[in-house]
Amino acid sequence: MAGTAHKHPNYMAIFWYLAILTVIEIGVIYLPLGKFTIGVLLCALALGKATLVAMYFMHLKFETLTLGWIAITPLAIATLLVFILLPDGFAVLKTTEAGKKPAATAPAKH
Amino acid sequence: MATATVHSAVEPAETPLTPESWGKLGMWAFLAGDAVGFGTLLAGYGAMRATSGDWPSPYDVLGINLTALMTFLLICSSVTMVKALEWLGRGDKTRAIQYLFYTALGGAIFVSLQAYEWTHLIHQGLHINQNPWGATLFGTSFFLITGFHGLHVTGGVIYLVSMIRYVANRPDPAASYNGVEIAGLYWHFVDLVWIMVFTFMYLL
Repeated sequence: MAGTAHKHPNYMAIFWYLAILTVIEIGVIYLPLGKFTIGVLLCALALGKATLVAMYFMHLKFETLTLGWIAITPLAIATLLVFILLPDGFAVLKTTEAGKKPAATAPAKH
Repeated sequence: MATATVHSAVEPAETPLTPESWGKLGMWAFLAGDAVGFGTLLAGYGAMRATSGDWPSPYDVLGINLTALMTFLLICSSVTMVKALEWLGRGDKTRAIQYLFYTALGGAIFVSLQAYEWTHLIHQGLHINQNPWGATLFGTSFFLITGFHGLHVTGGVIYLVSMIRYVANRPDPAASYNGVEIAGLYWHFVDLVWIMVFTFMYLL
């Protein structure tokens, strides 16, 4: 049970990478780009930062591959969940929008 | 197939996934489950936002200067956490305790800043069932997700303070290495989740 200290990466280098990526993230939202492009860039930067934390701070890089699969499973489930929820959400939006139109025109008939 | 007799007082065998301890595997299993919880909340947030006609632009209404500082603070506290483990590995208990204290302090400041942010937004009219800038669900999801994360940070601070006692009470630094590493996994997970929350709820 006593600890076996595995090798420690250069934590300060990881800290600087994370700090720089955070500054880039904040800079990205002010770029004159489309919303979709900004969204993709922000998702990529966030995943990059999360990967750095998991691989080096949580030492996943030095663990077994199976543990890595356990760690990545929630991300896959969450991504899948977005695609499961979206059709239902768009159906609700369509119904709401359709419901708004007659309501807006209704007073003019009377 | 050979069968092993399991005695409750000793760990019968090493886990092939985390040879250091079963506790570490237990923490990873907990974190994977917790990540599904956060993933579900964020996926729900994404779906609600994508299909809402009047969702406000978060960085216009929430303000990102304070939360950028909070993000930086959590990254710093993750560094102090790994430094605590590093010093413990080198056998320096005093330095390890010192860095554990810095980590807990970082977490406590984070929660305080979140309380300040919540108070400010509530005064502006954002409530769990009310949003002056558009979709009501914006307020609901904001308080639910940041609150769930804030509870994790609060739990983490209590966990870290208990780890300070845990390290202090053991004469041999190597005896507490595994426990601190497991606590570190939890703390870095809290940092990792905030990276996602900051991006999806404040920047996007």
